[in-house]
Amino acid sequence: MSKTDGTNLRVVLYEGPGSEPFDGDARADALAALLDNGFEVTRPALGGEVADADDSPVLVLGRFDAETAPADRDRVAFRDVTDRSADDVVALARDARDETGARALDAWKPWFPVIDYDRCTNCMQCLTFCLFDVYGVDADKQIQVQNESNCKTDCPACSRVCPEVAILFPKYKKGPINGDVVRAEDVQREAMKVDISALLGGDLYGSLRNRQREARERFSTERDESRALLERKRCLTKLQKDLDIPNEVLMSLPSTEAIEERAARAKAKLARRQSESQSVKDRDAPAPGPTEDDWGI
Amino acid sequence: MTDTRPRILYCNCTYARVVPPSVKRDVLRRLSDSGVAFDAVPDLCDMAARKDPALARIAASPCTRIAACYPRAVRWLFHAAGHPLPDDGVDVSNMREQTADEVVERLLADTAPAGEAR
Repeated sequence: MSKTDGTNLRVVLYEGPGSEPFDGDARADALAALLDNGFEVTRPALGGEVADADDSPVLVLGRFDAETAPADRDRVAFRDVTDRSADDVVALARDARDETGARALDAWKPWFPVIDYDRCTNCMQCLTFCLFDVYGVDADKQIQVQNESNCKTDCPACSRVCPEVAILFPKYKKGPINGDVVRAEDVQREAMKVDISALLGGDLYGSLRNRQREARERFSTERDESRALLERKRCLTKLQKDLDIPNEVLMSLPSTEAIEERAARAKAKLARRQSESQSVKDRDAPAPGPTEDDWGI
Repeated sequence: MTDTRPRILYCNCTYARVVPPSVKRDVLRRLSDSGVAFDAVPDLCDMAARKDPALARIAASPCTRIAACYPRAVRWLFHAAGHPLPDDGVDVSNMREQTADEVVERLLADTAPAGEAR
């Protein structure tokens, strides 16, 4: 099961008719413990609104009269928590989660890009930059995040190459990438970072490949291993610093060969599409639009 | 008749340490003691990544108060989940920047504490 599949168990702290209210500490401790362990909690109250029920399984916890919880029904379970500690409450929730088949939490850090469509110009920089297939396009060729769980935790590099500061990582440490207001100076600063691509000749990956080839040639001609390695390290350090790429992400980047293979596949797709378009034109019929696959490399 | 009772949502930002723990703890405790109804979720980012249908119900409310992080992030997280928040009637308090007092004041403004639970 993927980290983003499944339904959560919803826990309801019930204090209505047929039960005694929790005392302040017990309620607050249970709430905090449940949330810290990944459970959604609803605290209903007379005259107040909470989210409606849906298909998610529900666990109702209360200090029921005579310490007897009502019988379970459908996807709703009832448990008495009179004199139970916060740890006991979490244990009951875990049991209910297992019994109902609700999603077991991996305690993953939900790290993925979120697009601010008020700013996005659909330039596709993020799609071409990301090597982990996080981005794709919808039927209207609008950029969208399609594979959230492919994103590398703590790597905000795609937001760094976005010329419009339109990509957020809500759990990032600094603004505006964390969702803080975008100021004119932010746009200017991010644009300067984007220039790294231009500085490297407009094609970041192409430039990296060239540098690698040059370094290899230099190594073979000069026989100066340490100098070549130092140059390579210097380039990678600069790139890593400018884009705030974590070490683990650099380590997991596809190999040069894999990148070249992707590029070749994309080129072949494009050629095929052009060829198909030409054939259709030849038949005097409308040309087919690109498929979603055509945009992925 | 349109229901304008505010629906309160608290995000615990469980999976990251970007919200000051003291602010989170204080806001949650005071919500818990307030006697008002509310929903609390471990992490809105996680729900958005899963396109959780519960976000649709929250987004559908004509009057929603959310305690989470930056309003721009919250807005586009709901959008990413396929359940955009309405343009009006949503108030987002930012626990990364605001004090617990400020957040609680906005969450509980004009909400009468419940006389008894239902």
